Amino acid sequence: MSSAAERGGCALVTGGSRGIGSAIASALAAEGWPVGVNFRSGDQAAGETVARIEQEGGRALAVRADVTVPEELDRMFETLEQAFGRVLVLVNNAGVRCDDLAISLTDADWGQVIDTNLNAAFRATRRALRGMIRERFGRVINLASVVGPRANAGQANYAAAKAGLIGMTKTVAVEVARRGVTVNAIAPGLIETDMTADLDGELLGAVPARRAGRPDEVAACARFLASEQAGYVTGSTLYVDGGLAA
Amino acid sequence: MSTAVTEEQIEKLVVESLETFGADPGEISREATFEALDIDSLDLAELSQIVHEQFDVELKGSDVAEVKTVEDAVKLIASRV
Repeated sequence: MSSAAERGGCALVTGGSRGIGSAIASALAAEGWPVGVNFRSGDQAAGETVARIEQEGGRALAVRADVTVPEELDRMFETLEQAFGRVLVLVNNAGVRCDDLAISLTDADWGQVIDTNLNAAFRATRRALRGMIRERFGRVINLASVVGPRANAGQANYAAAKAGLIGMTKTVAVEVARRGVTVNAIAPGLIETDMTADLDGELLGAVPARRAGRPDEVAACARFLASEQAGYVTGSTLYVDGGLAA
Repeated sequence: MSTAVTEEQIEKLVVESLETFGADPGEISREATFEALDIDSLDLAELSQIVHEQFDVELKGSDVAEVKTVEDAVKLIASRV
């Protein structure tokens, strides 16, 4: 089988309307996967991502859901299963930042980041695994970060969530490996997106590559991890950071 | 138990599932333990899912944890359908 997508089913990218998520949605569509482009707000951006994929000959569906609301998450899966079949590639990309020093960080800002970046990824993974283990094929790709494995002042909540994602990735990978399901993480460094637009330019000085990364460079890694050829890669974290974490 | 589903139908589904999971068909009997059949917790989680799809019965992890033999599984499912 040349492409994993030939087996049927679809891919779901949470937070797929913009930035890294949008680039991953395009890359998976180019691989042949019908793609669910999840968004919570900004239906225009989701529509643009779907239009771009369709112009390039792919199939995609924008699906509105707040991934932190279990009922909305379930409905999103049901919508995609009816449209395209089982979700066989899940990209847990939806994420938020609420930065502050730990001494000032509110419970609400802590909770929102953990709920979106970690809890929702777990619920989506649990839901997707049902179909994947029955299919004897699946790819879960969790968007972690260099923050988590590395410190970053002002992001205790974000770091905890992303480090948690990497821990979850390893354990779930071990649990389902013999069903042909792989679970991996991608840890981007400084990538040019709306989410990082407000970050201090001096951060670039800490990047050995001396430049920010592009969403398509992260997407290329996701495309590989979703492929048939990556079937023996599981439980790993792929750093896409210009050497920042090296 | 509903008249729509017989214990024989449940046993057939369980046995077919165990074979799919890699159990030796020659070793499968009502008395066989899952340990002897090399059926582990992930297999039982998938069996719960198959039962849910086929009979619309929800088996919790705590229910399945008590199941040791093929007969235990059949009786548990039969008590819920």
